Amino acid sequence: MSDDSINTGRRYFLIASTSAVAGVGMVGAAIPFVKAWTPSAKARALGAPIRVDIGKLRPGEILGPIPAWRGQPVFIVYRASESVELLASDTADLADPDSENADMQPDYARNAWRSRRPEIGVYVGLCTHLGCSPKYYGAVQPETFDPDWQGGFFCPCHGSRFDLAGRVVKSVPAPDNLPVPPYFFETDDVIVIGEDEETA
Amino acid sequence: MAESNAPAPGRLTGPLRRLVAWLDERMPLTETIEYHATKYYAPKNFNFWYYFGVLALVVFAIQILSGIWLTMSYVPSGDGAFASVEYIMRDVEYGWLIRYLHSTGASAFFLVIYLHMFRALAYGSYRAPRELLWLIGMAIYLVMMAEGFFGYVLTWGNMSFWAAQVIVSLAGAIPFVGPELMEWIRGDYGMSEITLNRFFALHVVALPLALAGLVFLHMVALHHVGSNNPEGVDIKKHKDPQGVPLDGIPFHPYYTVHDFMATVAFLILFCAIVFFAPEMFGYFIEKPNFEEADPLKTPEHIAPVWYYTPFYAMLRATTFPLFGLSAKFWGLIVMAAAIVIPAILPWLDRGKVKSIRYKGLLSRLMLAMLVVSFVVLGYLGTIPPSPTATAAAQVFTVLYFAYFLLMPWYSRVDRTRPVPDRIP
Amino acid sequence: MTARILVLLVALAGLPAAAATTDWPMQSMEPDLHDKPSLQRGLGLYVNYCLACHSLRFQRYERTADDLGIPHELFLENLVFTGQKIGGLMATSMPEEEAKAWFGARPPDLTMVARVRGEEWLYNYLKTFYLDPTRPFGVNNKVFENVGMPHVMMDLQGVQREVCRGFKPVDLLDGESVIVAEPEPHCFLEVEEGSGSFSAGEFDDAVYDLVNFLYYVGEPTRLERERLGVYVLLFLGLLFVFAYLLNREYWKDVH
Repeated sequence: MSDDSINTGRRYFLIASTSAVAGVGMVGAAIPFVKAWTPSAKARALGAPIRVDIGKLRPGEILGPIPAWRGQPVFIVYRASESVELLASDTADLADPDSENADMQPDYARNAWRSRRPEIGVYVGLCTHLGCSPKYYGAVQPETFDPDWQGGFFCPCHGSRFDLAGRVVKSVPAPDNLPVPPYFFETDDVIVIGEDEETA
Repeated sequence: MAESNAPAPGRLTGPLRRLVAWLDERMPLTETIEYHATKYYAPKNFNFWYYFGVLALVVFAIQILSGIWLTMSYVPSGDGAFASVEYIMRDVEYGWLIRYLHSTGASAFFLVIYLHMFRALAYGSYRAPRELLWLIGMAIYLVMMAEGFFGYVLTWGNMSFWAAQVIVSLAGAIPFVGPELMEWIRGDYGMSEITLNRFFALHVVALPLALAGLVFLHMVALHHVGSNNPEGVDIKKHKDPQGVPLDGIPFHPYYTVHDFMATVAFLILFCAIVFFAPEMFGYFIEKPNFEEADPLKTPEHIAPVWYYTPFYAMLRATTFPLFGLSAKFWGLIVMAAAIVIPAILPWLDRGKVKSIRYKGLLSRLMLAMLVVSFVVLGYLGTIPPSPTATAAAQVFTVLYFAYFLLMPWYSRVDRTRPVPDRIP
Repeated sequence: MTARILVLLVALAGLPAAAATTDWPMQSMEPDLHDKPSLQRGLGLYVNYCLACHSLRFQRYERTADDLGIPHELFLENLVFTGQKIGGLMATSMPEEEAKAWFGARPPDLTMVARVRGEEWLYNYLKTFYLDPTRPFGVNNKVFENVGMPHVMMDLQGVQREVCRGFKPVDLLDGESVIVAEPEPHCFLEVEEGSGSFSAGEFDDAVYDLVNFLYYVGEPTRLERERLGVYVLLFLGLLFVFAYLLNREYWKDVH
């Protein structure tokens, strides 16, 4: 055999084109394996919207973290009327009092209470710092972590504090307010958590 | 073939060249690539039968990849195993595809390996200096059989369950320790979740590790002694002044492009089955396996998957006691012997030539008879037993063993033709 | 007391659960997964006549609704009785203990019954229930002898009996009739006129739809599998052309 017979250009072209087609094939073959990691039908079914009856909830009480939506604890807090008033006025210490970060709540929760109804708040009970579940300290009384406590949530993991509307206070590790899941009132006492009224 | 013939696209320039130089100082990168690919000289006359080694590697890769993904959603528990397979088939995105890849891959693996082994028989690839290569290959085959069996049990279908029951009961045929051994294998008094759990561990961790290690050794041994070829002549006898065999060509690029083409052709057949006949008419996935394991209800007809049926037929064909030992025990012995007897081929073959091309009529007939016996036994193993089928299985069992046990005789008396010095 | 005896009888009847092979002349059945209306009717029949006892516990309502082109709202309103969620599995509402008491064993899950038995077997099985007073439920079956299940679709099919009339038609060899010493009686199944709400043809269609649906449920991804397979094979064919040309180009060197 001799070097003269080798058509280098043709070889380059064939190597490049074969590699290109094979590359497309590799990407195509990867798709099923990547998609297999997305939530399965079972996960989607378990993460489906849930109905919660809040008929027995009284002012100052919290329902949670028992109702779990998508495996996450959800807080449903019934705020006393004094607390509701306080939420609108006592905002000096808050990092994001007006819910500027649109990712953390649906539009209907962009108000001082971060909820559809002023007295009923619905929040995903996972700290926006590293995902611990904050504890509910609803009473207005001095606490070890804050002698001037006005009621809210305190995360025992790294000390982040949130007010009763799930708004994070300044100078704690958590960067954002507690997320508000999509929800709506099916009746006065029944909340559907997991979908907005419009899409239902 | 001179080195200057290496095609231009293989040469590196610029930063990549410096990177390779940096790596070469710290590990034998270029050296390894040259040893195994660009300066590994393979005979230039490989034919169709030489594709199955690389295809076995391809299927192994498919099995590892799809297997890892299946493990992510599979539940190795008595209550959950069967349901989790259907969960994979229905609820996991593309789970059905990954499962069918794996189930079809199991059968494809054995098909490819059987053809690979046939190639070795036909061209005498087990002969010196490749005895160790052959033994490692046999070890791979044995581990594969165990791997296939354990994987088959994991789906926890009714056929899986009862097939496992039957195979484990084989251990009970061993005199004195049999019953205790069965209990030890199962970890229970019958097939149960405990058994399933240990089979799962073996199937997804222990045996794949063993396979990977053995495959590596198989390649190391192959590249040390060099590949045989359809002529059965040694290409290392005639080298050019640079020490390159005159009848050899570098594995890369010649056999890489060759094997790539074969791989694509194989994938076409493989995907045709995966997408259009994954059950393969009950041969790759049997109907009773769509029913959950039921310890109280044996399927009407128990048969292993097709790749075990030749040996299963031999087991069933052993119907008479001998030397005071039960037929059940001899069945186990016959089956085990049939599986491992190819391992001693290098020492059974006394012929002067390696390749069937230069062997005489006798050797050719014996090889043809072996193939026929294997296929017929494979078929007999799938059908329900009957007096005729059992008698036929007995005849073909004898013929199967005759190929091996008579080889020292017929390979010596066979009239061989003269082998050329170089590849014609 | 009578009830307890009945339960015992049913329990005994359920024991030989294995389907005996049959010499019944099977009618063929070609499923058609593209026939959505048929699948939808089959689903309706399944929900109304089967789901009370036989679960489809690996299949979700949502997948069924999506694959069969039924809007979720409509599906939930009309086909899901138990107030379950659309993402739920198609389980039966019958408690296991009760089922065991009534049928001797829990009626089997039928998600994969079409893959175990085959669609042809199912089609013939559902059509060949006939009156047999010796059986606990008063019916027997031609392809599943002594089956421990009542004829749930009798109100549709009507009362079917085995009748023997005359003798089996004799084979003709080369135009000459063969004389058989003892002719076999000619037996067949006959439905009592007007006893069912469906005509024979309507009932055949209904059974076809039901089996078609079970065939779908056995492997709901089948259509997707075959559709994707075409593209995969076309792509591999294209890749093979390139691989072949590349191989040919390099092997020009080898003589």
